[in-house]
Amino acid sequence: MRWMVAALPYPFELGFMQRALVAGVVVGIFAPMIGTFVVQKRMSLIGDGIGHIAFAGVGAGIVAGVSPVGAALVVAVLGALGIEWLRSRRTASGDLALALFFYSGIAAGVVLVSLGGAFNATVLTYLFGQPLTVSDSEIGVILVLGAAIVAVMLVVRRTLFAVVTDEDWSRVAGLPVGRMNSLLAVVVAVAVVAAMRIVGILLIAALMVLPVASGQLLARSFRGTLWWSVAIGVASVVAGLAASRIWGLAPGGTIVLISAAVFAVVAVIKRAAVPKLQAEGAGL
Amino acid sequence: MAAIERARAVETMLVEAKSVSFAYGRQAILEDVDLEVRAGEFVALVGPNGSGKSTLLRLLLGLLTPSRGTVRLFGVEPERVPDRGRVGYVPQRPVLDSEVPATVEEIVTAGRLARRGWWLPLRREDREQVGHALQSVGLGDLARMPLNELSGGQQQRAFIARAFAGEPDLLVLDEPIAGVDAESQRRFRDSLTHLIGEHGAGVLLVSHELSAVASNLDRIVVLKRRILFDGPPSELAASGVSLGVHQEDLPLWLEGLR
Repeated sequence: MRWMVAALPYPFELGFMQRALVAGVVVGIFAPMIGTFVVQKRMSLIGDGIGHIAFAGVGAGIVAGVSPVGAALVVAVLGALGIEWLRSRRTASGDLALALFFYSGIAAGVVLVSLGGAFNATVLTYLFGQPLTVSDSEIGVILVLGAAIVAVMLVVRRTLFAVVTDEDWSRVAGLPVGRMNSLLAVVVAVAVVAAMRIVGILLIAALMVLPVASGQLLARSFRGTLWWSVAIGVASVVAGLAASRIWGLAPGGTIVLISAAVFAVVAVIKRAAVPKLQAEGAGL
Repeated sequence: MAAIERARAVETMLVEAKSVSFAYGRQAILEDVDLEVRAGEFVALVGPNGSGKSTLLRLLLGLLTPSRGTVRLFGVEPERVPDRGRVGYVPQRPVLDSEVPATVEEIVTAGRLARRGWWLPLRREDREQVGHALQSVGLGDLARMPLNELSGGQQQRAFIARAFAGEPDLLVLDEPIAGVDAESQRRFRDSLTHLIGEHGAGVLLVSHELSAVASNLDRIVVLKRRILFDGPPSELAASGVSLGVHQEDLPLWLEGLR
């Protein structure tokens, strides 16, 4: 990271801010990319549900004396596959399947963390993120996981688009519906854990969904929505980190609030623009 | 010689239901249904509301499993068909139920995935085929438009183009022209006759409105839990049911079957 020190101005002139910037931008790219498919599938809250399950993994890691991040990854992937299994067999609706895991996960996390005697500031960094304390080795993990997520999403994007848009048609067409749904669930789980230290497991879902909410208002295609969402996600992360440094705010929450503010601004502009466009159309 | 004839018949048999029954719990939806569609055939499946038409389509496509009887798609059980890209399907749906905008071209391109191999990038011939499919339903100029900004008829044509893009050997359509304008119906008929005439595909159409295609149909199958009629339109017309002149005749007759 030393090469960047001289290159970046305030508020990113210090090493810890540059590490946060690199990790945050990677999350700002992959979270909305996944979110575009998740929103289209009407499973906007899956990131939140899996975040709560990941917290149970953090607790299990603390109790077992192993890496909380590694334990969170295993538990989140298993939980994601469990949610998809319940949803696909219509044992429970997507909504109910999420709620079942959501509440069980957070409850198990609280119990396990208390068992491990670890209710302290460290736990808060998993819940709400603390990008300013990210280490070089953690950045390495985020870069590898982020690159893997982006590569997978780009390879399967067309098939995944077809599946999340129309499951029945995709099944008739012979597309691997079950495998695509499971893949998306696993990618969400990996993304949640990879982003855990940046925006926190309680806020990562917001970074998956809020940029997409803005992107789908700005774009007129699925592809356009995906890239608008990524651009807004990255911009929100950069602006959020800068604001947190300048005004001493919690970075995870600031990133998400900026992302929500972008949506509010885009929605207002679009609402103002639509009647104008209609009036222009009427005059033709 | 008989064996060769039989082999040839099996070769051209696209989809076949034999003595198929289906029930949701204790409620029988279909009883002892036989149906077949061969290459180059244009078959319409009609019946009153709740007669089991959509259920039968879902059984033929392998989305449901029959309680009794057998279904064969290209000669094998539907789930064992090695190349599902041979089936084109237009589901019953008036508009795209979508959170995120998608262009007509993005929807139609999905139709190439099974043919190309879902893990492979699309090539120039795939894009050309998507272009042909869009042209054939008259949506060439609207390819970049978001689907949800089009009329119901145009959206339905986009879904038909998605099925055409896969160059199907069997095309299955569930109420594709319900509420669609006359221009869309005319283009729809022309597209189907082109697919059957030029590519030798078989078409199974579920619809209440057959007036647009009446003169092109080879067979009409009337379903009301069981098959009530399976034969050429002329035979049905001989029993006093008009398909072409008075559009309302068939729906009224079908409702009389309830």
